[in-house]
Amino acid sequence: MAEAAIANDNADLMLSVNNIEVVYNEVILVLRGVSLDVPKGALVTLLGPNGAGKSTTLKAISGLLGTEDGEVTRGEVIYNGKNVANGSPDQIVRDGIFQVMEGRRIIEDMTVIENLRLGAYTRKDSNAEIKADIEKVFHYFPRLKERTGLAGYLSGGEQQMLAIGRAIMSKPDMILLDEPSMGLSPLLVKEVFEIIRTLNKELGITMLLVEQNANMALKHCDYGYIMESGKVVLDGTREELLSNEDVKEFYLGGGGEERKSFKNLKSYKRRKRWL
Amino acid sequence: MNWDLLIQLLMNGLIIGCLYGVVAMCFVLIYKSTQIVNFAQGEFLLIGAWVCWWFLTTWELPFIVGFLFTLGFMTVFGIALQVIVLRPMIGEPIISVIMVTIGLSLFFQASMKWMFGVNVQPFPRVFDTQTVEFLGFQVQTAYIMSLVISLFIMVGFAWFFKTSKHGLAMRATAFDQQVAQSLGISVKNVFAMAWAISAVVSAVAGVVIGIVNGVSDTLAFIGIKVFPAVILGGLDSIIGAIVGGIIIGLLENFAEFTDSQWFHVGNLYTIAPFYVLVIILMIKPYGLFGTKDIERV
Repeated sequence: MAEAAIANDNADLMLSVNNIEVVYNEVILVLRGVSLDVPKGALVTLLGPNGAGKSTTLKAISGLLGTEDGEVTRGEVIYNGKNVANGSPDQIVRDGIFQVMEGRRIIEDMTVIENLRLGAYTRKDSNAEIKADIEKVFHYFPRLKERTGLAGYLSGGEQQMLAIGRAIMSKPDMILLDEPSMGLSPLLVKEVFEIIRTLNKELGITMLLVEQNANMALKHCDYGYIMESGKVVLDGTREELLSNEDVKEFYLGGGGEERKSFKNLKSYKRRKRWL
Repeated sequence: MNWDLLIQLLMNGLIIGCLYGVVAMCFVLIYKSTQIVNFAQGEFLLIGAWVCWWFLTTWELPFIVGFLFTLGFMTVFGIALQVIVLRPMIGEPIISVIMVTIGLSLFFQASMKWMFGVNVQPFPRVFDTQTVEFLGFQVQTAYIMSLVISLFIMVGFAWFFKTSKHGLAMRATAFDQQVAQSLGISVKNVFAMAWAISAVVSAVAGVVIGIVNGVSDTLAFIGIKVFPAVILGGLDSIIGAIVGGIIIGLLENFAEFTDSQWFHVGNLYTIAPFYVLVIILMIKPYGLFGTKDIERV
């Protein structure tokens, strides 16, 4: 079922994950055959409950799985026609995929500018070009420009902006975003998502976004996948997912059917699992 | 009170303290970026000094050429050491890695003795004038050179970590290896670079001390002196390493002064830094500039 409708047009596919299986520490099976396609220039979102394997899917793509003793044991990750499964993370960054990890993970004992310069680590460009790109990041995130101290003292939202700005600095073709809304106030979440959409449109950066905030993610995405227990259980375009009764029920709160009592709702949820 | 002697000794202390600081910086560099406590730090000085001495005496190269060759050799040596010996140890328990560096230290000391003998060998004359007048004191040219080189290295380190791309990458790796990898930094290369820089800079200190005192295996003892300096400054602070080094250098010479004036113990000079080590570990185990959650070994 993970075969997306848009997957038919192979020429426009940037990333195609084919039936991957991921094992941690050689014993723990986390992903049990995940497939998804990301077309060039799209904003694709990956939703699901905690422990579904969303972050693991991103790490399998970016190669960071290796730093956590994980391994892709089956299937392939095709990026621009090349299988990058189990590749080294630094090579994958050089190839143009940059992951913004969960929890922002900026370098707290460095300044904003130093963090941004590190984002450009893999580029061979001159200092002047990198400076110009830092200005470009400040254009999208004006409030970062005023922060001259250490990045550790930035607010959560600013840190998230810095993490995204750092990703832009590497001039990626594709950004993997892991829960950009984590720990942010609703207003900031809105702001961050709007910036993500703008970057996707203006710079043409393909995005694969993992989110808990299904409302926000579905509002901005082009296409979505829903994962549960290491498998993709549902996928569809934004409109399809937004009108799906199960998605409404499980992720967006409340279904379109008649009102049920709280007790009934719970038992209904328990019975109706996708797997 | 013999004021002239005191000032002379404190000046020596400052100069040797700067060198301790430089070696301590090298030690901290490896500790910060690779989490390895390098007990073979002093042997880097020894190897550097002997190799330079060998270039100057056996090959009769001019000093500057021999010195540059030594730096080239130490770069290759540092990288090779990391790739061949320490890279396979990644992920092993910290105590195993420490045992390996202690083993390396013994191995290098023994092989240097085997190759170059056990006697002190003087460096060929590097400077035409042996002493210069400085603020009314007769100071050995070599000491002035040593001070200048130490300061030059410290400024170099500051520049490297503040502005260069590889310095930033090294700091990122020290902060969080996974984040560094997500930025496209090859952690393996950073490790190799840390060992290479550490070996080269230590060798410079080794050559400088060799020029002043002659080359012998007592040079490796500097590597032990680095521990009080580093513990005093904080195990993971470059600034702390420099400050700790200078304090230990001054303290050592002050101990020498008090010893010669009043106590007449004879070897307070060598022991004093280690008293400091014990006291610091008791009252301020993270040192002056260290971060609190550093793992002790």
